[in-house]
Amino acid sequence: MTRRSISRRSALAGGVASGLAAIGGCLSEGGILNGSGGSDGPMIGVLEDRSGEFALNGTAKWQASLLAVEELNADGGVLGEELDVYDPDPQSDNQRYQELTREALNREGVDALWAGYSSATREAIRPIINEEEQLYFYTTQYEGGVCDRTTFAMGATARQQLGAVIPYMIEEYGPRIYTIAADYNFGQISGDWVRLLADEHDAEVVGEEFIPLGETDFGSTINAIQGEDPDFIASMLVGDGHANFYEQRADNELDVPMASSTTMAQGYEHRRLDPPALEDMYVGVNYMEELETDRNAAFVDAFYEQFPDADYLNQEAQNNYFSIHMWAEAVEAAGTFDQEAVIAELEDGIEVEAPEGDVELDPETHHMTHHMRIGRADGEHEVTFSDEQYIEPSFLHEVGCNLPDDPEQTQYEPDEFYDEI
Amino acid sequence: MNGYELLNVTFQFLESFAFIVLATVGLAVIFGMMGIINLAHGEFILVGAYATTLSAHQGLPLPAAMLVGVVATTIFGIVLERTIIRRLYGRLLDSMVATFGISLVLVQLTRILFGNSIDQVSTPFGAISYGSYSYSLYRVLLAGAAIATLLGLYLLFTRTAFGIRARATIQDEETARSMGVDTDRMYMSTFAIGSALAGLTGALYAPARASPTPEFGSEFLVDAFVAVVVGGPSVLVGTPLAGGFLGLIEAFFTFQWTQFIGTVAMLVAAIVMIRLLPDGFSGLVESVRTSWRESE
Repeated sequence: MTRRSISRRSALAGGVASGLAAIGGCLSEGGILNGSGGSDGPMIGVLEDRSGEFALNGTAKWQASLLAVEELNADGGVLGEELDVYDPDPQSDNQRYQELTREALNREGVDALWAGYSSATREAIRPIINEEEQLYFYTTQYEGGVCDRTTFAMGATARQQLGAVIPYMIEEYGPRIYTIAADYNFGQISGDWVRLLADEHDAEVVGEEFIPLGETDFGSTINAIQGEDPDFIASMLVGDGHANFYEQRADNELDVPMASSTTMAQGYEHRRLDPPALEDMYVGVNYMEELETDRNAAFVDAFYEQFPDADYLNQEAQNNYFSIHMWAEAVEAAGTFDQEAVIAELEDGIEVEAPEGDVELDPETHHMTHHMRIGRADGEHEVTFSDEQYIEPSFLHEVGCNLPDDPEQTQYEPDEFYDEI
Repeated sequence: MNGYELLNVTFQFLESFAFIVLATVGLAVIFGMMGIINLAHGEFILVGAYATTLSAHQGLPLPAAMLVGVVATTIFGIVLERTIIRRLYGRLLDSMVATFGISLVLVQLTRILFGNSIDQVSTPFGAISYGSYSYSLYRVLLAGAAIATLLGLYLLFTRTAFGIRARATIQDEETARSMGVDTDRMYMSTFAIGSALAGLTGALYAPARASPTPEFGSEFLVDAFVAVVVGGPSVLVGTPLAGGFLGLIEAFFTFQWTQFIGTVAMLVAAIVMIRLLPDGFSGLVESVRTSWRESE
């Protein structure tokens, strides 16, 4: 009896081991560089979620980062040296992010760091980054307002995204807005932006609900929206759980159009959910895989050649990709990996040929001027774009953020500056 | 509250009730009958949901795909019981650690095999409309499925020879064995039933959720454990009472305020309940029955 059970157990262990070996094979097949190599050459840190609540958003960010590094190395490296990557999986867990950030900064001594999907993550690790004065790129679209001398925000801000899509929706559908947003700093501040934009365009927010991350039941939310009968819904829902809202919206036959800064371009809900869940969803985006330009077609091809099994090339992946190239350009121009020198170089102003179009870094605020488009999903989830505008990150200028002259480490919030909220 | 709003609350209650009961039954059978705390319960649900979704993508009609989900989870449960679980009977803490490990392995294995999500099967039946409101018919019908499941369990455990043998095994294994009951098989069958119920939950919720992810099972866990504790050891008495009580509180507070407040209220109610009734609803029913019998 005993002997039999042992052999069964070892057979089981053998199965698990060979499974793990197979996974290892898959990963190295994808051309992934060696994680922590202990090499003395230059290294960047890429902390992006490949499991947990934000795996759908983070996986492509990680993949596109590796693509950028691969391209740099194939092209002779940075300053003639091969670039290494430190890229463990933070698993959508803020505590793990903090540990790995310390590890990246203190043990690996990364020359630049790309880390984090959610704003909650960014604010969890920013104190560590500030303490070490680490050059840090945050690439997710976000609520805006971070004015920090070593942080560079590569994603579009609420002012850029919602500023594009909300006025468009008011014009198109009418002035009564119902806001639903994720209940943490990103969603709350985005909700403030919707109110502010509504006020600027003579519209009103008739209802608001903030929903905890991971919530999956939206029956009561949908009933509350039906009770108010708004002209459109402003949705800043985030993560896997919240995707259920769109599914239940279709299921409940709620056909109010929606505007969003978070949907489709990040978690590709239009690919994962059965039509017509996303019908009449309008998103303010700087990038989506579906953009029809020659430059983007080349980018998409290169991405899927490197990662044939990838699910979607999202907006944040593009931001990681162009910002790694931008950083390499700044290093080349500075002639050193020294972070202060690279920051000074970036603050001299830099333009980069991103897949979304040529974009510029705004030296005062460390944010990007982006090509903002309005993407709309139809009943079959086909996405079309309209209304392209080149929008500056204006909010931080209004509050007087000028990092080269006044190196601070804060986040400004709109309710401190506008009475309308 | 006008008539339409009353319908809103009613539907929200039915949806909560169905969710709590269906999330709980599989766990409750395995815990209540076998004393195993199955921390991999969510992943049993995951197996059911993935098997259903993937076979629906292969072109099976939804009811057949759901059947595949239930059967797949049952087989999965039997394999797990024969290899691991049966060594852990009577070892409560060990079984928790082992099933927790199984849960971690299954989540990551699912991620490796199927990626971060699989495409969704859309919800059947559409919506019921009333006034300016509407509610998903499928979600309301889930309450019927929950009641049917409880009824089926009641009949199985009280009206069949199998049910009597299973209960005899649970009450007194030695005596049952001396009466000719194959207790080892009884444990396996009970575990298989628990697995099938978890698989059924996965199958029923697969089309009612946005694209399934490897974390699909975890959203059922909180409700399942809270309801098992509030319900107490008896599955057939505890589960429906816990589902009704917690569902009512959740629906009312969600309707009055928001889903967030509804969840908070439900958890607070559960804490108060455990404080007042350590043995849950089935403990309460038991003591009422005893004192009633004594007074006769």
